[in-house]
Amino acid sequence: MRSGKIGYLWPFVKLGLTDVWRHKTRSFLTMLGMVFGVGSVVAMLAVGEGASQQSIDSIKKLGSDNIMVLSVKPSSEETGSTGQARGSLAVYGLLYEDADRILETVPGVKSLVKARMTQRVARVGERQLEMRVVETTPEWFGIVNRPLLDGRVLSERDLAYRANVCVLTEHGVRRLLSGREMVGQRIRIASGVFEVIGIVQNESGGTVRAPDSEADGYIPLTTGTKLFGEANIRYSAGGMEGEKVELSEIIVHMKGTEYVEAASRAIESVLKRFHKKPDYKIDVPLALLRETEKNKRTFNIVLGAIAGISLLVGGIGIMNIMLASVTERTKEIGIRRAIGARKSLIVVQFLINTCVLSITGGIVGLALGVAIPLLITLFTAMPTVVQPYSLALAFGISVGIGIVFGLYPAMRAAALDPIEALRHE
Amino acid sequence: MKPGNDEVVRLENVKRHYLVGDETVRALDGVSFTIRRGGYWAIMGPSGSGKSTMLNILGCLDRPSEGAYWLNGENVADMGDDELSDHRLKNLGFVFQSFNLISQLTVCENIEVPMMYLGIPPHERAERAKALAERVGMGHRLRHLPAELSGGQRQRVAIARALANDPAVILADEPTGNLDSATSVQIMQMFEELYGQGKTIILVTHEPDIAEYAKSRIVLKDGRLLSLEESPVQRNVTPEMESGNA
Ligand SMILES: Nc1ncnc2c1ncn2[C@@H]1O[C@H](COP(=O)(O)OP(=O)(O)O)[C@@H](O)[C@H]1O
Ligand SMILES: [Mg+2]
Repeated sequence: MRSGKIGYLWPFVKLGLTDVWRHKTRSFLTMLGMVFGVGSVVAMLAVGEGASQQSIDSIKKLGSDNIMVLSVKPSSEETGSTGQARGSLAVYGLLYEDADRILETVPGVKSLVKARMTQRVARVGERQLEMRVVETTPEWFGIVNRPLLDGRVLSERDLAYRANVCVLTEHGVRRLLSGREMVGQRIRIASGVFEVIGIVQNESGGTVRAPDSEADGYIPLTTGTKLFGEANIRYSAGGMEGEKVELSEIIVHMKGTEYVEAASRAIESVLKRFHKKPDYKIDVPLALLRETEKNKRTFNIVLGAIAGISLLVGGIGIMNIMLASVTERTKEIGIRRAIGARKSLIVVQFLINTCVLSITGGIVGLALGVAIPLLITLFTAMPTVVQPYSLALAFGISVGIGIVFGLYPAMRAAALDPIEALRHE
Repeated sequence: MKPGNDEVVRLENVKRHYLVGDETVRALDGVSFTIRRGGYWAIMGPSGSGKSTMLNILGCLDRPSEGAYWLNGENVADMGDDELSDHRLKNLGFVFQSFNLISQLTVCENIEVPMMYLGIPPHERAERAKALAERVGMGHRLRHLPAELSGGQRQRVAIARALANDPAVILADEPTGNLDSATSVQIMQMFEELYGQGKTIILVTHEPDIAEYAKSRIVLKDGRLLSLEESPVQRNVTPEMESGNA
């Protein structure tokens, strides 16, 4: 402006503030649009970020350099059931041979874990607990990261000697062995008696096929085959129903994430060749992670569009009020022009006025946007993450809206002919 | 040909035409005259004769369609909008028939407006506004809003505001048009005082007894100069003028 000093603008900022204060009710109602616009941007981003971080965390827990191959029971027509008199035996799933083939043919494999999972009842004296028994190899504990609380995990020796030993998760242990010295206790699982050799921590909140459940018992794979055989027979109302599954799961641990994509394709083709039925499934956490991140971006764009519309509505509300204000203040504009205010100063005056509205609305909106996620987390335990960038973004947008939607009314005000404006009543 | 040093205003064949539909309205149709520093002029004439049009041009709110208008030695006819604004801010003070105070601002704030645009710091502004209000006898009403004042009081505040930028020329369009005769006399006495202090005053009126206060007279008719009657400027500048507004 005339003197080029920022201090010169201060009286106009004060003018804007007093204008807003003078029309408190109107200003408040006008600002609501901005308040809810900015508030919803920040709050929605926080909720979205919380949700996606949660699922990304749970996928990361599976390990982004792992590939999980799982046995899946095919639909009944495809089941190769061996017809028996009173019941059926479903034979499907992954085989030891599959694991060996993967290890032989797929490049970049660091280690491989075989596991069979069954539901069995564990007993200690009077107490009993239905638990998931994971028959596996020592590598499991290297790949599925679960901190050891007491004792030790399974060893190669246990595997070679088919030892009757088991590792329990702490939840299972508490329900079965509370109040006793845990490691060293003996428990009965189905027909076998096992010595508890170690306790590992429960991992919580695995949503995407985490190899995890409330109460797990880990025993050597060889011991499981020795004791339980290869068929898992269940009794049901109609008679006997059984299924024979050699391995429930093969976890392939790659040397690095760069091998994962090619390896998953290689595993797919190896399995396809030897399985006529689709009785397996390949889960790639890395792909899930990528997909979740992609979804997050899509989500953010959709969210941005919705929030953008609400901000736009807020901006239009402000513009509407400012246009009304220009008409209402035509005489004042004429007076100021006659006194010697340049057009640009009239623009500045009205722009500052809108910016005061939109910035104040923006600040209140930011407070709202921070408060809502806090309340959501407090009452629903849903994680929310308010990211600093979203605050800066929402605030910047509110300033931008003030300028964009304030410019037109301000220019209209400045373009008024002073003589006409003075005549206005 | 630039005007001499003591000339504040010089019009040379000024025309102002409005195009209304197909018709050209000749609000001013070739007017020339000169106003010297310290003069006190009345512009007279019947309604529609072009008085307000003339005052708007003199006040840099409007530009002539043709002709030259020299204000303080500069030709206003060639100026852009910003330059006109700057001229109004620095050299001119307006007093209107309908007072034209900003209704949301107090007496003090109204007087401060021109000083704000001049970039005078707040503290100094407030002090000078107070002094000006006292000068027009409104020192006791600084925090009042225009709506709380009588017509005469509002016009006093308007005069104080017109003086706030210490203008060379004060332009008044029917300043007593909305006032009763007793109040009109008080306002005219204030102009008389300003004249005594050396201000150049140009007053538009259609009332002969108000025009009596002025020392020189222009009469317009149909946008043309009907008569011009100039009396020499009496120089009796008071010390207040020199120290107070230098
Ligand atoms: N903006 C305008 N557009 C068209 N005609 C105008 C305009 N302003 C003034 N006029 C005309 O110019 C003439 C002079 O007007 P004005 O200067 O207001 O006269 P006065 O003040 O002496 O009554 C009138 O005929 C009026 O109708
Ligand atoms: Mg008139």
